[in-house]
Amino acid sequence: MKKAPILKGYTLFYLLFLYGPILLLPIFAFNDSKVVAFPLKGLTLNWFAEMAADQNLRTAAKNSLIIAFSVSSISTILGIFAARASVRYNFPGKAPIMGMIMLPLVLPEMIVAMALLVVLLSLGIQLSLFTVIVGQVLICTPFAVAILTSAFQSLDRSLEEASLDLGETAVSTFRLIVLPLVMPGIMASFLICFTISFDEFIIANFLGSGKPILSVYIFGQFRFPAKVPSMLALGTVLVLFSIILLGFAEYMRRRGIAKAGGKDSGGLL
Amino acid sequence: MAKSLGSEAKAGLKLISPTAIYVILLLAVPLATVLIYSVLTGGRGNVSLPITIENYAELWTKAQYGYIMLKSLLVALTVTFITVMLAYPVAYFVSFHVKPERKSLWLFLITIPFWTSYIIRVSLWFVILGYGGIVDSALASIGLPPLNVASYSLLSIVIVLAHAYAPFAVLPIFVSLEKVDRSLLEAGQDLGESRWITFLRVTLPLSMPGVIAAALIVFIPTVGDYVTPELVGDGKEPMIANVIEIQLLKLQNFPQGSAFAVASMLMVGIVSVLFVLWNKRYIGGQK
Repeated sequence: MKKAPILKGYTLFYLLFLYGPILLLPIFAFNDSKVVAFPLKGLTLNWFAEMAADQNLRTAAKNSLIIAFSVSSISTILGIFAARASVRYNFPGKAPIMGMIMLPLVLPEMIVAMALLVVLLSLGIQLSLFTVIVGQVLICTPFAVAILTSAFQSLDRSLEEASLDLGETAVSTFRLIVLPLVMPGIMASFLICFTISFDEFIIANFLGSGKPILSVYIFGQFRFPAKVPSMLALGTVLVLFSIILLGFAEYMRRRGIAKAGGKDSGGLL
Repeated sequence: MAKSLGSEAKAGLKLISPTAIYVILLLAVPLATVLIYSVLTGGRGNVSLPITIENYAELWTKAQYGYIMLKSLLVALTVTFITVMLAYPVAYFVSFHVKPERKSLWLFLITIPFWTSYIIRVSLWFVILGYGGIVDSALASIGLPPLNVASYSLLSIVIVLAHAYAPFAVLPIFVSLEKVDRSLLEAGQDLGESRWITFLRVTLPLSMPGVIAAALIVFIPTVGDYVTPELVGDGKEPMIANVIEIQLLKLQNFPQGSAFAVASMLMVGIVSVLFVLWNKRYIGGQK
């Protein structure tokens, strides 16, 4: 490898720019001042205490967990169907169907949310956590399909054929051979969808009709300067939470590739 | 003979049907509804016949709609340009100067900020750039006057979006750089070209598909961003998504809002197609 000090310096500077705001989170979350500004005043845990005591925040967090858990389960299951079908079979209309499934990746989220909202309002369907789940599944499924497609692709087809030759049915082959081998991909898909859903704002805001959901709650609280420090404490917790989740997802993904005997090429996306 | 499907095609269709039905009912039908609403007449919260092009005519004649679309387009293109320019050297460094076994780690480090709460990151900028915020107070503590960046709404929107979507740009460029045949570079240098000229004439053209993919990946979500103009721009510089919200939700003007949404999608679509066509030039050239 050639040394490139300028490029390396630039890249480190770039990383600092990317992480800058996130690094400010813990600094001001522990700062003993109502005003989020320099100079720093001293250490305190007050903001974490205020965060923990906030009843509305708890309700919002609970709702977000319910949504994220449902969305990641449904998206991953829908993703398994689509990824398996697209990797294993050829069928008429495959390209347009897959295109439609992946469409939310290239469509501004606002358009997806508003299109769904217009239909729900026209049909007179009450907005609730359920409608948020329905909408977020649309956003998360393309990610699930992308992750699971690569999991199914690295699968050795001869293993399945061997199992079928040895007298297993298609269903038991899927359960005994395919599923264990793609399990890490399924876990990774679940975790990624969980993170996306937990973080998602547009659909939570417009299809949730003001129900307390974490991202919507945070968005609202930042408008009140007095609430900002405890929101920074919450942000610190959330950032830690998602780094742990992602580290775990990345570990699962790598284990999956190693298991199937493939070569690691690139990151999560 | 009637068209009969093979067993493989049947199995494939059966397998994909749950996902396909879901997206047809909940994505294709709603999008089609918006398309239909955009040519209907209507008032508050309802739509009715006859079919009309009035809504589109209004978009065309009222200057504010054109202004919003043009502004969103310019903001998104500026953000796209900045993000791609900033990301290219990073992708180049990871692809050419990092040991192969360390590459995933670097990419992981670059993508983590993207996965941490978007709403928290954007809100943080609100605190960082705002009046008496972190930037201004830091300047004050070393005796400099405040910049008050947040009062320049468009500038702060561009800064925040460029930061939020930065990691999106690195990955596609990295992938295309990885595909560049290293022996071509050696050939270029053996034939007497300098490293800089080799980069301009070999590496850069070969990595253009990644650059254009990166541009698309950044452009589409930024042009439709809702949170940043609302929070950081203080709602003073609404972009496409904010106007769609006002039309469809606050005014409940379904036909007009739908027409605006369709026109915006059309604009995003046209720009995306231009990007893709531009890409064709480079893909065609590398047989």
